[in-house]
Amino acid sequence: MTLSDSRLDPARASYDVTLESGLGWTHVLSPGQIFRIVDLEGNQAVDTLFYNAEDESERYSAVDTVREQGNLYLSVGTQLLSTEGRVLCTIVAYTCGRHDTLGGACAAESNQVRYAIEKRYMHSCRDTFLLTIANETRHLSKRDLAANVNFFMNVPVTPEGKLTFEDGLSAPGRYVEMRAEMPVRVLISNCPQLNNPCNGYDPTPIRLLIWAAPSGH
Amino acid sequence: MSRNELRNADPPLSQEPLLQEELRGGQMWSRVLRRGQRLRLIDVAGGASVAALFYNADETTERYNMPDTLKAQHIARLTEGFVLYSDMGRVLCSVVSDSVGWHDTITGHAARRHSDRRYGSGSYQVLRNDFFRNTRDNFLTELGKYDLGKRDLVANVNFFVKVAADLEGRLSWVPGHSPAGSHVELRAELNTLVILSNTPHPLDPSPRYAPQPVALEIRAGSPATPDDPCRRSRPENERGFLLTEAYFA
Repeated sequence: MTLSDSRLDPARASYDVTLESGLGWTHVLSPGQIFRIVDLEGNQAVDTLFYNAEDESERYSAVDTVREQGNLYLSVGTQLLSTEGRVLCTIVAYTCGRHDTLGGACAAESNQVRYAIEKRYMHSCRDTFLLTIANETRHLSKRDLAANVNFFMNVPVTPEGKLTFEDGLSAPGRYVEMRAEMPVRVLISNCPQLNNPCNGYDPTPIRLLIWAAPSGH
Repeated sequence: MSRNELRNADPPLSQEPLLQEELRGGQMWSRVLRRGQRLRLIDVAGGASVAALFYNADETTERYNMPDTLKAQHIARLTEGFVLYSDMGRVLCSVVSDSVGWHDTITGHAARRHSDRRYGSGSYQVLRNDFFRNTRDNFLTELGKYDLGKRDLVANVNFFVKVAADLEGRLSWVPGHSPAGSHVELRAELNTLVILSNTPHPLDPSPRYAPQPVALEIRAGSPATPDDPCRRSRPENERGFLLTEAYFA
């Protein structure tokens, strides 16, 4: 497992916010900008979607991404591919070993299936996504919520075709960093799931930073 | 009660199909399966790859959800006893019978760029109806007939295809996975719009464009009973079926 540090200085970031668990966030990155997600307290799943900001019908495709790189897990060098086979972002640094893109986002409805019919009241990433796109985007709707990336989440698949949710491999201060390769809308739900270990049963805040494209990009 | 006894409750295969069709290599297809109806796909020649999408025909924003299907059942493949979940916590279809043991749903489908690279252009102008159709173009064409499009094109199922992952997550195409005569049978639990494309998978290493015919059989049937094997395979599925029944209550 290769980890890769970044040399970027948070003091020089052009954008720096903290996002509590249970909240959504969306922002458009320009090509060349570097975007970092910091798992401030450790073990926090960050459900993330990407769209071509100029034509949002082109979006992140989990299945194209894993097939074209020949590997299920996202790591440094992974190109996050769109439904048109183009590169939305490239992961350029991370200090946490494994990111998932098969587990999707939690939803009130899937929580009912997975845990108990009575779980419908519980907050979920899909609800966060829906509210965020309703308030902050013009054209996105439920149809645009496809399989996402779960940064800092550990969902191993076995050669026999089993899938398990395990404790995250992340720890306080671990981060992932990516470079936008086109104008990209990023949509995040800082996961509120309390029913499984994806957040260590204790959802916590994350920090989001953006740096300008290096000159000459 | 054993699985075999439970399966005896299924309509016998001797039951005359309501409909029989052949999907030529390269062909797309769609139909609304009514709740309870069954669709059997038969890999006539072996080595088939049938890409499939599923929607609630009564509300097409509800559609097959790969992640929810995998995480509800703790699987990374589909076979008999598992079900296909929608994004709304309901069961679109159950896999009621399967001779293959593994159907892929994590590696997507080929687009024109894959087809051109591997097989060459294979245009209609030259090849007429043997032209090299690809899955994405077929999906977009067939989806368009229901006023659906790119935004509705989600992670699909690849029947008769196995792509396995090793412990490091490295993926590999499994050759010779589906022998001639293999079958898989689905039962619709919602009124389900099924979109199929009988076109090569992008990881199929064969350099020749040669998708083979696949036979389709549709039979009448009933939705899952309380002792149905798919329903009883795990507590998550029992709840999925309860939510599906509540939708029709």
